[in-house]
Amino acid sequence: MATMTKFQTNDKHRFLLNMGPQHPATHGVLRVILEMDGEYAMGIDPVLGYGHRMQEKMAESRVWQGFYPNTGRMDYVGAMPFNHGYVALIERMAGIEVPERAEYIRVITSEMNRISSHLLGIGAYVLDLGAFTPILYAFDDREDILDALEDITGSRLTYCYYRVGGVLKDIDDTFIKRTRAFIANFRKRIPMFNDLVTGNIIFIKRTEGVGIITADMARRYGATGPTLRGSGIPYDIRKSEPYSVYSHFDFDIPTGKNGDSLDRYNVRIMEMEQSLRIIEQALDKLPEGPVLAKPKKTKLQEGDCSFSVETARGVLTYYLVGDGSEVPYKLKIRVPSFSNLSLMEEMCTGMLIADLVSAMGSLDLVIPEIDR
Amino acid sequence: MSGYFRDIYTGGKSLLIGLGVTFKAMIQPVVTVQYPREKIDVTPNIRGHIELIKFDDNDSRHNCMVCGMCAKSCPCGCLTVDGEKREGVKGKVLTVFLYDFTKCSLCGLCVESCSRSALTFSNEYELAGFTRDEFHYDLIKRLEGK
Amino acid sequence: MQQIIDMIQTYSLLRMLIAFLILIAIVFANAIVMGYLERKIAARIQRRWGPMEIGVQGWLQMILDGVKILGKQLIVPKDADRFLFRLAPLLCFTPVIMIFAVLPFSSSLYGINLNIGLIYIIAMASINVFAILIAGWSSNNKYSMFGAMRAVAQNIAYEIPILLSLLAVVLTTASFDLQKIVEAQSGLLWFVVYPNLFVAFVIYLIAGCAETNRAPFDLPEAESELTAGFHTEYSGFAFGLFAIAEYGNLFIMASIATIMFLGGWNGPFGLASGPLMGAVWFMLKVFILMLVMIWVRWTYPRVRFDQLMNLAWKYLIPFSLVNLLITAFLVKMI
Repeated sequence: MATMTKFQTNDKHRFLLNMGPQHPATHGVLRVILEMDGEYAMGIDPVLGYGHRMQEKMAESRVWQGFYPNTGRMDYVGAMPFNHGYVALIERMAGIEVPERAEYIRVITSEMNRISSHLLGIGAYVLDLGAFTPILYAFDDREDILDALEDITGSRLTYCYYRVGGVLKDIDDTFIKRTRAFIANFRKRIPMFNDLVTGNIIFIKRTEGVGIITADMARRYGATGPTLRGSGIPYDIRKSEPYSVYSHFDFDIPTGKNGDSLDRYNVRIMEMEQSLRIIEQALDKLPEGPVLAKPKKTKLQEGDCSFSVETARGVLTYYLVGDGSEVPYKLKIRVPSFSNLSLMEEMCTGMLIADLVSAMGSLDLVIPEIDR
Repeated sequence: MSGYFRDIYTGGKSLLIGLGVTFKAMIQPVVTVQYPREKIDVTPNIRGHIELIKFDDNDSRHNCMVCGMCAKSCPCGCLTVDGEKREGVKGKVLTVFLYDFTKCSLCGLCVESCSRSALTFSNEYELAGFTRDEFHYDLIKRLEGK
Repeated sequence: MQQIIDMIQTYSLLRMLIAFLILIAIVFANAIVMGYLERKIAARIQRRWGPMEIGVQGWLQMILDGVKILGKQLIVPKDADRFLFRLAPLLCFTPVIMIFAVLPFSSSLYGINLNIGLIYIIAMASINVFAILIAGWSSNNKYSMFGAMRAVAQNIAYEIPILLSLLAVVLTTASFDLQKIVEAQSGLLWFVVYPNLFVAFVIYLIAGCAETNRAPFDLPEAESELTAGFHTEYSGFAFGLFAIAEYGNLFIMASIATIMFLGGWNGPFGLASGPLMGAVWFMLKVFILMLVMIWVRWTYPRVRFDQLMNLAWKYLIPFSLVNLLITAFLVKMI
């Protein structure tokens, strides 16, 4: 293994610790090789690829419609924005107009998915810090979202709901009623979560000042999403380069101050509140009309095109090169977690292993998205 | 020094608040169900594996005309459709409709591509088996079995 | 029948043997009951059902789990120190029974009465840290080693506040004899209502939580950092012994708190407490304390190692020292 020889362990007090791929804190199949000095991690080397499924190659070996189900499988926690990016890319390339109602439905479902992803993210983060209960409360709320989405999309996790030209199925009154009930219920639950976790002295001591990412560092590594916004840079594709109908809504971009784990956690909590605002506005403004415009041409144009969306973890960019056939010539996927993970080495060097777990958890990594 | 005692006060208070939250949850009703004994209602819109639709309630024929669009559109290649010409029948007659559920990713492209609406999603979600062969469905037989 | 009772009373060795057998049974029963309660309460806090399948409300679940764990093989890692690896669980388990022998469940229900009972208990309780160190070291696993080193530092740091807080009670009663300490509280007021001893009680509870490696101080087995800490490599009944000993230690911790601060086998408000009723009161208090420990465990995140040390050296030890001085002053004055 090439990575094992990277460390020059001349110091006889240092030793290698293999964390993962089956470690409880690495959530899936990330392997981190640590060079330890006592309990301090002096060298960090993430090893990727245990969940590699050749998603990009798969896209190049089938007609472009056939890649729909794969998009949701990359980031299974927040699958909707991944679907959104792909269909929006094809729409931009072929110049397909999407009915406005479909765009509104996309925004509503994407934002709900973002909330469910953040709930899982912060729940798993607190689990990393040793509290077992908050993740189950988070799952309780997440269940409401999944039930509502299941009713219209047909699946609970790996949605394949968006289609080029709109969405598969129109939303009905049950869904709208359910969503409004969820918003009202969830607004009441956030203070409970703050009491149990955010205000807890142990939680604050474990996260405050741990894993500081300065704004300069975040820029250098191309970090995006709550990881970037926690460092105080208000960059969000939904605002800076509004796609779909995000420009119709009034929402803020929450940012942190110090760029530590606590800020990233707080940004996620505040983002959930902003998502609730967006969903509320979208439900109020929801126009009537068709939800799926049947596109005529099915061949991809020659040339290239890219599209970026804001997923729960940051900026996702699809870049597609077409050669005039139905099969994409090349599809490049830029995933947010990969850039966020690359911060880890600089951020965590010289940390206690407990802080390392805390800092790594605050990045909210989804490993199959990195490996894809 | 005042920070020292303030830390104790705020910290202790936050810990007590946390205990209060969990105590409240402890006396609240349980939200889960004992799965195999009780079941929650699953939405009829769930996308299970695909199924051929009956012609109508009394008639166990189907709508398929063996155009093969479903097999063509399937990104995983899990459908095998074949038919034959028969005397006295217009068009082709469906003889083989094999569905390999082990490969399916439930995208629903086959159902969308079907121009005769002969396919639908089933509502089955309790899918578990001991061998792979249990998931190689013969949809014609399943239709006749209904 | 009378003959047997006479014989038991005459031969103290026989009496001790029977007591030890009963105590071992109590330790096992305690682990089963506590394991069940822990799972059930954790489930209710998380709004789940918990074990429900076997028996009414799943009360047989822990017994079946015990049977299952008995049937498992103890896998010794290739490079482990085989002798020490097997010794550690026994070393962890034996002191628990030895401490149980001196606990006064009621005025006449105890294994043996020592006039230095408290010192004996604290001496025995510190053997536990040896067991953890040996388990972690002999496993030849880096995670186990981390857990062992943490356990040693943690236990040494937290024995001081435990001793200092218990010493406040000893100063008040002028005795190390557990029976005498309980008898001193036989009036209307238990020690916990005195302000200085209440502070000692709180300090003892926090430090006891850390001493028994319970969350939020479960650093030696911190799941998300060290997978399972010192017992990562253990399987089968060796692992079971660690679990039983953990619940046994929890029981000991709670019963010392009961004896020293909550009036032991005395009923509340001077209610009658005969030999049998006293044991009921005692168990009731101990179980309430243990349930509070479970409640705490399922609420808080885990502290970091240096914060754990800070808590001991910067908060608990100064407070218990000052508290001890105040107690000494009060005892002298009154």
